[in-house]
Amino acid sequence: MNVARLWRKVKLLLGREKFSGELDEEMAFHREQMARAMEAEGMTAEAARTAATRHFGNATRMREQSHEVVGFRAETVAQDLRYATRQLGKNPGFGITAIAMLALGIGASTAIFGFVDAALIRPLPYKNPSRLVDVDESAPAFPRSNISRDDYDDWKRMNTTLESLDVYNGTGFLLRIGSVSTPVPAGRVSDGFFHTLGVQPMLGRDFRSGEDKPGGAKIAILSYGTWISRFGGRRDVVGDKISLNGDPFTVVGVLPHDFAFAPRGGVELWVPLLDKPTCEQRRSCHDLDGIARLRDGVSVGQARADLAKVAALLATQFPGSNSGQGASVHPLSEFIVGTVRPILLTLLAGAGLLLLIACVNVASLLLVRSESRRREIAVRGALGATSARLFRQFVTEALLLSAAGCGAGILMAAGMMSLLRNLLPKQIAQGAPFLDNVGLTAHVWIFAGAVTLLAMVLMAFTPTMRLTGRNLHAALSEGGRTVAGRFWKRLGANLVVLELVIAVVLLAGAGLLGKSLYRLLHVDVGFDPAHLATTQLMMTDPASQKPEQLMALYREIKARVASLPGVEGLGLTSDLPVQCFCDTDWIRVPGMPFHGEHNDVMERDISAGYLHLIGAKLIEGRMFTESDDANHPNVIIINQTFARKYFPGQDPVGRMIGDIALSPKSMRQVVGVVADVREAALDSDPAPSEYFSINHGPDVYFALAVRTRGDDKVFLPELVKALRAINPSLGVYGEVTMEQQIDQSPTAVMHELSAYLVGGFAALALVLGVVGLYGVVAYSVSQRTREIGVRMALGAQRSAVHRLILKEAGVLTVIGIAVGIVLSIGASMGMRSILFGVRAWDVSTLGGVAALLGAFALLASFIPARRAARVNPVEALRAE
Amino acid sequence: MADKSELMPGTLDMLILQTLTRAPLHGYGIAQSIKRVSNDVLTVEEGSLYPALQRLLLQGWVKAEWKTTDTNRRARFYTLTAAGRKQLGMELSRFERVIEAIGKVLRDAEEAG
Repeated sequence: MNVARLWRKVKLLLGREKFSGELDEEMAFHREQMARAMEAEGMTAEAARTAATRHFGNATRMREQSHEVVGFRAETVAQDLRYATRQLGKNPGFGITAIAMLALGIGASTAIFGFVDAALIRPLPYKNPSRLVDVDESAPAFPRSNISRDDYDDWKRMNTTLESLDVYNGTGFLLRIGSVSTPVPAGRVSDGFFHTLGVQPMLGRDFRSGEDKPGGAKIAILSYGTWISRFGGRRDVVGDKISLNGDPFTVVGVLPHDFAFAPRGGVELWVPLLDKPTCEQRRSCHDLDGIARLRDGVSVGQARADLAKVAALLATQFPGSNSGQGASVHPLSEFIVGTVRPILLTLLAGAGLLLLIACVNVASLLLVRSESRRREIAVRGALGATSARLFRQFVTEALLLSAAGCGAGILMAAGMMSLLRNLLPKQIAQGAPFLDNVGLTAHVWIFAGAVTLLAMVLMAFTPTMRLTGRNLHAALSEGGRTVAGRFWKRLGANLVVLELVIAVVLLAGAGLLGKSLYRLLHVDVGFDPAHLATTQLMMTDPASQKPEQLMALYREIKARVASLPGVEGLGLTSDLPVQCFCDTDWIRVPGMPFHGEHNDVMERDISAGYLHLIGAKLIEGRMFTESDDANHPNVIIINQTFARKYFPGQDPVGRMIGDIALSPKSMRQVVGVVADVREAALDSDPAPSEYFSINHGPDVYFALAVRTRGDDKVFLPELVKALRAINPSLGVYGEVTMEQQIDQSPTAVMHELSAYLVGGFAALALVLGVVGLYGVVAYSVSQRTREIGVRMALGAQRSAVHRLILKEAGVLTVIGIAVGIVLSIGASMGMRSILFGVRAWDVSTLGGVAALLGAFALLASFIPARRAARVNPVEALRAE
Repeated sequence: MADKSELMPGTLDMLILQTLTRAPLHGYGIAQSIKRVSNDVLTVEEGSLYPALQRLLLQGWVKAEWKTTDTNRRARFYTLTAAGRKQLGMELSRFERVIEAIGKVLRDAEEAG
């Protein structure tokens, strides 16, 4: 566009009042001239003027066209906006309902997307995270098991596909600052751990190559949070000596603020591997986890094949410890977020369905409105509004609604995200550091924008469909209503069926998840978790770790705690129930065929009264006594799963078992069988377990369980105080009641969150679906008032009218429920991995959903049906 | 109205410009002139005339001023500008080329048939 033309355009724009005036005058002149010409041909003045006006055509439309030529389009947009606002303002109920529904749908889906984005979409906060893999050994019973220290050294040396391989595990220290000792969770890592992740300390230095060897200097790197909270963020902390379990460790670095390592979430400080604890002195004891960075061009599959080859080589070299041991290699992101992925995707699907139902509802509201605005639209069309202009008007209205809905939805999403994050217990939040990134990020804004755009298109499209093939003439005259009525009824009914289908799918999902949660929380744990206070203990003083000293410590703990008020009894164990699938042992039963396989069983070391205290049921044989110690023959108690697996159809009491080599030292006799106690996570199957007497091999790490008469939560702090008073070197940590432990276990929390969220979505979907059904039936009744009047005048009973309307609603409901049930079976198959103890086609759940929705649907159609039956035939016939 | 001929697209601007070469005219005058000269074959719809005039004004090919008609009515008269004359020349030669081309095709079809 050249400058002169631009200038003329600006001049026109500035003087557009004048432009309009001149155009009007010009066109009036034109009409006048035409009338005059016709008059000259012999018409009357009146007739000539009418004819000229008719011939001249639609002045407004022409004016608009001229305006468009000179570019006053912005004006019509403002006009549309003004008009749309006025339309919404005239009917605030409609506007508020529509915006609230959209906000709900957009808010819920955006909030869930925020979590999906943080957990599944954004890369892990490491350098080139797609090249990082989780490396571990595998055994027949464990597809992913820990790696042993000797195997790690060999793997590192022998592999050809990894740029670097490093290991980590968790430990704990008693950190003494001044006179206060605090137990802190810590990580033990090989020297290249942070280098492999691509993380640089923000202060000081990384561990150097070779600093993790046994006998190396005692050094530590602090996490950022610990540096701030325990060392006041002093920059000169690097080089300081800190006391860990009484040993001086030199601080060499501080990690950056944004560093997080999900598998070891709450770790406060990191130390090199250094000396080998007893476990790491054996190749068969697996206590480490590996991470590795792949070499350029190497795929995960190639690395897996390479390490499998290494493992096979080691198995032939060390058959006693390594036969059957393979390699497990998976992308690190899969290992970290693999468990939450199905849950998050289920939730996202649920929120998406809710959004869909909200959009459908708003669309049908718009449809009803466009129906009642039919005449207005026809009139506007007759006055010269083109289809394009009318379409723009609808788009403007949809835009206004969805923009308002989007704004409110984003506010809601922000609120929901912080609410959900706060609902997560600390234990889980620590294991999922990516949750810190949940918020209104760029991704979330883009998602909200896309969702809003989709909603807008849907809403603009629905009423516009009414415009296509419209017949102005028909709409203006009587014929319009019946054609349109039928059309609307069909589309509206289809939309309602869609809503009901979605509601059924969401309700069925919620029902199954709720049932899973119930089953999970009521799983037979094999003991009584009520009034059971527990805590972890650790003897940190190296000078008092001999067996006799530990036995004395146990005795003192028992005596002190038993004397506390409200204590009914107590027991010691190496691992509390419902905790982990860990501390396993390889056994061999003499006389059973054996080919070097690893028979993994869980091993627990317990005090004499422990099993009785937690309420485990003795099936046969005996429990331990205090005298089952190192001076007496080694004996074990096994659980029922153990007995069934290794002594099928036999009496296990009195039988012997040993280690793989059946070495004489390892042989022990089964003295009792107890019913299964759930040692591992709630949703895992009971595993074979053997219980040793703790007196036989006391350890520095152990746990205490106390049965209280009163409230166990109130008792916990007293317990901790009493234990700390026994010995300052005794670390006391992780105190929790058994019921809290069960309710807050990641499994339970994840099930709970998904059940409640999907339940909430389903409740909203039910309300929206039923309201939608009500709307359709009520509208149909209002359209058929005349017909009903005729029927009644011809002698139809009120009950017949009642039936007529209920039948209409019933057909829609039955179709909706039937299709919904079929689809929800499909949907539940998709979320099988997060269900527990429930089948995807659980009949009672599906039946309950159908009954619930049917009842609500009946209620929703009963009101309009009653109104229809009350129609006064005289009035109905006289109306219109 | 029944046997009115549709204008070929893009020719309206040319017709208006051509009409204005003889004398400045108002909108009605332009419409009448085209109708008369074409022996009632070409009718200019008012719905196209006024937007077209705005377009020509905007391009600077015509200018408009308010004058009094011989019947003493105020009317807007459009005058061809130098740029408009140049534009007309271009459009005419383009149009003639097209007509000639169409003519050739039609003759060719006749000879073949």
